[in-house]
Amino acid sequence: MTIAETASRTIKVDALARVEGEGALTVRVKDGVITDVKFRIFEPPRFFEALLKGRPYGDAPDITSRICGICPVAYIAGASQAMEDALGVDIGEGIRKLRRLMYCGEWVESHVLHAYLLHAPDFLGMEDALQIAKVHPELVERGLQLKKLGNRILEVIGGRAIHPVNTKVGGFYKSPRKAEVRELIEPLKRAVDESLATVKVFAGLEFPDYEHDYTFVALHHDEDYAIERGRLISNRGLDIPVAAFEEHFDEEHVRHSNALHGVMTDGSGPYMVGPLARYALNHAQLSPLARQAAYDAGLGPVERNPFKSIVVRAVETLYAFEEALKLAESYEELAVPAPPITPGAGRGHGCTEAPRGLCWHRYDLDGEGRITHARIVPPTAQNQKQIERDLWGVVQANLHLPDEQLKWRCEQAIRNYDPCISCATHFLTLTVERA
Amino acid sequence: MTLVLGIGNRFRRDDGVGPAVADRLAALGIPAQEHSGEGAGLIEAWRGRIRVIVVDATQSGAEAGTVVRLDAVGAAPPRGLFRYSSHLFGLAEAVETARALGHLPGSLVIWGIEGADFGFGDALTPAVAEAADAVAQSIAAEITAPPS
Repeated sequence: MTIAETASRTIKVDALARVEGEGALTVRVKDGVITDVKFRIFEPPRFFEALLKGRPYGDAPDITSRICGICPVAYIAGASQAMEDALGVDIGEGIRKLRRLMYCGEWVESHVLHAYLLHAPDFLGMEDALQIAKVHPELVERGLQLKKLGNRILEVIGGRAIHPVNTKVGGFYKSPRKAEVRELIEPLKRAVDESLATVKVFAGLEFPDYEHDYTFVALHHDEDYAIERGRLISNRGLDIPVAAFEEHFDEEHVRHSNALHGVMTDGSGPYMVGPLARYALNHAQLSPLARQAAYDAGLGPVERNPFKSIVVRAVETLYAFEEALKLAESYEELAVPAPPITPGAGRGHGCTEAPRGLCWHRYDLDGEGRITHARIVPPTAQNQKQIERDLWGVVQANLHLPDEQLKWRCEQAIRNYDPCISCATHFLTLTVERA
Repeated sequence: MTLVLGIGNRFRRDDGVGPAVADRLAALGIPAQEHSGEGAGLIEAWRGRIRVIVVDATQSGAEAGTVVRLDAVGAAPPRGLFRYSSHLFGLAEAVETARALGHLPGSLVIWGIEGADFGFGDALTPAVAEAADAVAQSIAAEITAPPS
């Protein structure tokens, strides 16, 4: 079936499947020209920042981690880092590395779930992972095994797989036992091989033809592929400390969404955070194996086709396993799992690379270390405007497709971002208009 | 030994009925675990098990507290009956994926309890709490009875 160019078409997806949270999409086309694209987020806002007001500084990591069940470590690490910044706490290398090891577990869990079970079906022309399990059981089986190891890392370091309980501002309640961390080593070695094989499988998928000249923004650190520390950089020359984020990035409220839209304050518009941005800006910091795997998979040093994000996620999964292996092998129990902290007044910033991209925090504390103001900017809010722009471009390039196929392509394009709508709606400014 | 999983989020009212049944069973001396309901985790939890019982909230439009008991080995559980965020890789999908991979337990019974309110909060709707009592009693009887 083909559609006459003069027809008026509306593509609607009322409840998006295979994304975290509740969102919808409407595209309107008239006489072959797109008149409207709206990626709507209608998951109710959750007011986490207001909830934090008046609470002691130490509550922030545990409370904000409840924003999301997929990336709690991102919130724990970001909020802890901000409080450590506000209170002048130096956590030292041992604690930082253990946090990074735990964060690798979250990257694996999140990336594997998304790439294998939620995004791969789009590329294979299948409705869901269940259909893949019937045709390629070995692929789903491998995904489940890799994800389980990610969970296991979180259990060993954080005490449990979802919403870890062993973490606190400054570090950990208890240093994980060396023997338990060592037990991760053999499974991690196998996982490096398995995830290398995955990169090859995903590289063989068919990718829709679409590119965009993105403004990429990510954390950068000279010593490693930035996850839990670094400066903010972009491919347009930005290079700032985390504390200067608000001078360069803003959020605006749009009528059709319960999530704020991220924009750059210089008027250049939307920007992209997440795997494609990290890969473009930091691929020199990847391990030699991950870099070679990316090259063999056909990725250039900068990848501008958003549909290839599934391959970049596979490369990052490989890197996360290698990094976890290295950190597990060198792990020594911490004599002091968290340094003593004196509560006091201050302002602190934290920023880490959640699996979906930058997650930024700022907190103000009073003299007793209570939170007087909090601001959190999660990755999906930052990407939302760019998602709409991609949809605009993808629809324009595929207007010849019948409605069902066009709808499919749009959903696939949204899932390129692995959007976490639960995270994006953690806050909304309420304005009451009165006549 | 039978693995009993109570699925749900305690902070979303009636969605917490699974964990509530797990609490009631624990009070009766029957070990039961709380689970988020994330599908991949469920498959791992019941891999290699002979007998599994799962309790979850349903959202079918039926009256609050309505109880269904499904034999998941015998027939696929209806999709969309069990609420799980919007990932759509939840209980029903986990059952079918495990079936395709050959990892279904020998016996997998799913108890569904219809919820009315999935808003923020930790209190169950009275009819749902009553159903949780009844389901806990039924599961306790099922576990302690010799297999038929």
